[in-house]
Amino acid sequence: MREGASVSDATRLDGNAAAGLLSEMFACDITTARATCVDCGSTDSIGAMHLYVHGMGAVLRCAGCECVVLRVARTPTHLWLDATGSRSIAIPTNPASPGGG
Amino acid sequence: MSLISRGFRGRRPADAQRQSLPPGQYETRDFPVLSAGPTPHTPLAKWDFTIRDVHGKLARWNWDELNALPRTRLTTDIHCVTKWSKFGTNWEGVSIDTLLVEAAKRGLNPAPHTMAVCDGGYTTNVPLADLTDGKGMVAFIYEGAPLPPEHGGPARLLVPHLYFWKSAKWVRELRLMERDQAGFWESLGYHIYGDPWREQRYTGDP
Amino acid sequence: MTAPVAAPARRIEWRSATIAKVIEETSTVRTLILDVPGWPGHRAGQHVDVRLTAEDGYQTQRSYSIASAPEDARVALTIERLREGEVSSYLCGEVHEGDRFELRGPIGGYFVWDVSERGPLLLVAGGSGIVPLMAMLRHRAAALADTKARRALPARLLYSSRRWSDVIYRAELERLAAGDDDVLQVRHTITREPPPQWNGFHRRIDRAMLAEVSWPPAERPRIFICGPTPLVEFAATELSALGHDSALIKTERFGPTGAT
Repeated sequence: MREGASVSDATRLDGNAAAGLLSEMFACDITTARATCVDCGSTDSIGAMHLYVHGMGAVLRCAGCECVVLRVARTPTHLWLDATGSRSIAIPTNPASPGGG
Repeated sequence: MSLISRGFRGRRPADAQRQSLPPGQYETRDFPVLSAGPTPHTPLAKWDFTIRDVHGKLARWNWDELNALPRTRLTTDIHCVTKWSKFGTNWEGVSIDTLLVEAAKRGLNPAPHTMAVCDGGYTTNVPLADLTDGKGMVAFIYEGAPLPPEHGGPARLLVPHLYFWKSAKWVRELRLMERDQAGFWESLGYHIYGDPWREQRYTGDP
Repeated sequence: MTAPVAAPARRIEWRSATIAKVIEETSTVRTLILDVPGWPGHRAGQHVDVRLTAEDGYQTQRSYSIASAPEDARVALTIERLREGEVSSYLCGEVHEGDRFELRGPIGGYFVWDVSERGPLLLVAGGSGIVPLMAMLRHRAAALADTKARRALPARLLYSSRRWSDVIYRAELERLAAGDDDVLQVRHTITREPPPQWNGFHRRIDRAMLAEVSWPPAERPRIFICGPTPLVEFAATELSALGHDSALIKTERFGPTGAT
């Protein structure tokens, strides 16, 4: 049910702010990685996605349709990742490549 | 053990009513906003609340109908899994008991488990027995005023004896289920039940 | 220290940071100059996570933008003290030289800039949002030694503050602009009481101000906006409406209160 979902929200940050938490999982900075939203098919840098983060975890949503692309939670014993909202994630292996956005 | 920073104490409860605090919690006087997505703004004219049973039978109330049902008030403490607790919060709404009575009149059958489904897609699972006998309500008034959107308005589920992620904001439907299923956070490392008094924060906590 | 441009992807670990120097920037903002053994270097715009542990094991962490240029010998963090800030009130209050905490980074490959990027550089800052943008300007000054190189990479900063006394890095910005022959332009806007004889902008950032400060979209400036969420959102929308390619606009929102 997505009726009336507000597009802009004061509690939202940029995906870049999730970089620390995501780096624990991927062993590198993935904010320049590009993910394809399973819902609307658009591809964007993770750093540019809409991030909702608080003490429970981080939810990255597609900037185009607000559907959940990635979910991450940290518990004392595990890092949990749900990437089912992304069809694919492309992580650049050469971090010096320009134009990551 | 991490490096200790000299002189750092962090936020400490000034005069914690420690006997009322579940293990690992601290008291807060404010009301933090935690959201997994943008705040929905469903117009009341289009809003409704549904109970759906395992056969797909629906009982549905629009905003006016919900407001016309007998109300219940509750003053309660709430406990967030991120460790803050807030004492003495005041709520008003329609109890799940009342809604189930109405639903039964429309031929719905109960089931042992429920999934709360919300605007924006958030879900959380709660056993039916944890919503009945006054333990749960659809709340739409907080501290005497309409529940603000950032705290779940127009209406949220309120189940204060469990960790507050179970008190789903922007609730629109309670889906009855034969078997328990994990909701949004329960499928990402958080405890399937969430009793703050047994400190059931994460999957695998006893 | 030169910025390692082709550093391999590596696990980001917690490291020990020791405060080497404390600089009071304004009455509520402080810079901590840190010694971080093993620091791998960073790019301008990146941030670190800072973790504090109390004696009883209580732990909390926050993110702070790196203020120093990659060329600087030490890592600098500039932190604004928030009234209710658990970490910021400690870092802007209690700590002194010699104190230690844990730090993880550098983090963030999205909101970064270095002189290898072509095109003019437009920076829009609100309050403490100036910090990562200052790292970019410091990097630009350090990496482009001669005026010819700097002329090829002009930069403009639009910096919104409440009062003149709130402007962070005020003197240094003046010095950088003065030494750069108009190729670096710094434009302030003050939203509360301006200083006496103020003839600069005296209002919140709006479309007319952005249009005046920015290059025409055809110049394709790289745009970085940082500060409180409402300011960032507004500026990004307006610059897009003015015709700038949204692929060239990068934002870093500090959240509703204006700092992490």
